[in-house]
Amino acid sequence: MNMARQNWSNTFAAHAALITYTLIALFPVFVILINSFKTRKAIFREPLALPGADSFSTIGYETVLKQGDFFLYFQNSLIVTVVSLFLVLLFGAMAAFALAEYRFKGNMLMGLYLALGIMIPIRIGTVAILQLMVASGLVNTLTALILVYTAQGLPLAVFILSEFMKQVSDDLKDAGRIDGLSEYRIFFVLVLPLVRPAMATVAVFNMIPIWNDLWFPLILAPAEETKTLTLGSQVFIGQFVTDWNAVLSALSMAILPVLVLYVIFSRQLIRGITSGAVK
Amino acid sequence: MPDPIDKRPPRRWHIAVFLAPAVLVYSAIMIFPLFATLNLSLYTADGQNQVFAGLDNFRTLFGDPRWSESFWNAFKNNAWFFLIHMLVQNPLGVILAAILSHPALRFSAFYRTAIFIPTILSFVIVGFAWKLILSPVWGIAPDMLGAIGLKSLYAPWLGKEAYALTTLSLISVWQFVGIPMMLIYAALLSIPDEVLEAAECDGITGISAFWKIKLPLILPSIGIISILTFVANFNAFDLIYAAQGALAGPDFSTDILGTLLYRTFFGFQLQLGDPNMGSTIATAMFGIILIGVCIYLFGVQTRLRRYQF
Repeated sequence: MNMARQNWSNTFAAHAALITYTLIALFPVFVILINSFKTRKAIFREPLALPGADSFSTIGYETVLKQGDFFLYFQNSLIVTVVSLFLVLLFGAMAAFALAEYRFKGNMLMGLYLALGIMIPIRIGTVAILQLMVASGLVNTLTALILVYTAQGLPLAVFILSEFMKQVSDDLKDAGRIDGLSEYRIFFVLVLPLVRPAMATVAVFNMIPIWNDLWFPLILAPAEETKTLTLGSQVFIGQFVTDWNAVLSALSMAILPVLVLYVIFSRQLIRGITSGAVK
Repeated sequence: MPDPIDKRPPRRWHIAVFLAPAVLVYSAIMIFPLFATLNLSLYTADGQNQVFAGLDNFRTLFGDPRWSESFWNAFKNNAWFFLIHMLVQNPLGVILAAILSHPALRFSAFYRTAIFIPTILSFVIVGFAWKLILSPVWGIAPDMLGAIGLKSLYAPWLGKEAYALTTLSLISVWQFVGIPMMLIYAALLSIPDEVLEAAECDGITGISAFWKIKLPLILPSIGIISILTFVANFNAFDLIYAAQGALAGPDFSTDILGTLLYRTFFGFQLQLGDPNMGSTIATAMFGIILIGVCIYLFGVQTRLRRYQF
């Protein structure tokens, strides 16, 4: 009896603590989203009220769509993120396969060399990266961003993927070899489909930092045509600081795509993190 | 009789083909610029030419009072930024994970998903959202404090030199607490039931099971989280830039190494950009991160006991 009551109060305390923290985590997002749909007056008079019939307004969104090229920014972000992820996965998986599958001279050393970048942030080399991009004429192109994010994502991708590739059964690969498959076909046809879950983990790990990065777009591609959504909203908000409707709407428009992606991929992401991929 | 040449294994070109793209991109975009940056810190610009200057730039950075003052200011702020993360973010992450990992808890997937949401938002969103909420113009923060009778505690935190850095650090904690929470949660789940049951037989349950059994077992994960936090904090930039601008106001009180590097290298307003001094600061950051990683690898990691189940 006593035990049961203690259990119940423990459960209650646990839920109370978690609900409190969940509210703290979601409150700012909630406030931004509801206020973006209100008139200027209502934003200031009752910031915590939901938009009602007389306070509903989309004036902020109209300003944003008229003034900022948000579709272009969104498209840029999407191109940069998708292409970088594709290259990280393809190049990372190929290198991981070479390291996991073959014994060759310098295998260990190559693995260590590629793992260096896990701990050393690529930003340290920014000065020379900019010079390199200027020299090769890639400043203000999406290619520059894609190259940087590919290099940034590779070390962890190679590390995680080679751990997983070591677990693929040798019998399967040897059977393929006896059937006369080339090493390339063994990789693309036999091994790659088997490590799909690990690839998904690597993809979601890389997706968020690439999409949200402000540093490299600011330095390598600040031109209007190549602005990413993160940089675009930063610049837009900086210019429209006093137009609260526009600022709140711009923030909401930056939040929504990430939130939608997160809802779709959250199970994958959380499973990826908790599967102990990062040890 | 077999031909001796046949005994040599054939050249395995496919290994090179598999490795080449990753190694090329990684070397050209990451490793080469890293060393080029370290090298640039040894030169100064003389008109169009780069002149070798040895350690002169470092003498300027640490010796010239103007430079050394802003560098040590940024370093000190950065250390405080890191300390707040270690004292608030990581313990909070451990507590949340410990509650979440309770086997009988319902809705834990929902809590996990919700608490992780701030982590996926960009610094721009986080910076501006909190700036608006804490702003005295909008009044959400003072009104909410007023509702619980603490209105007198309110101050425009982001605008005051004394509070701005701590406030920004706490905003960053709010954003990233999901990461330690998830990693610790995973570590706690991997503790086998037999261990906990054996402890229970010895009468160790509840809070004392956490301190005596679980905490020692998750120490390696806490170590990894600490070094990840260290590296991330000492090259942070985005949140400060989004919330306070490149000048890291008020009066440089929120300036950290990332913003100092940006201003020095890229120039801002009246200050001209200087790639050589920028590289010097980047080299100093590299040194700091390297020292931190080495302390972790050789001082901490080797002493942590790992248990294999």
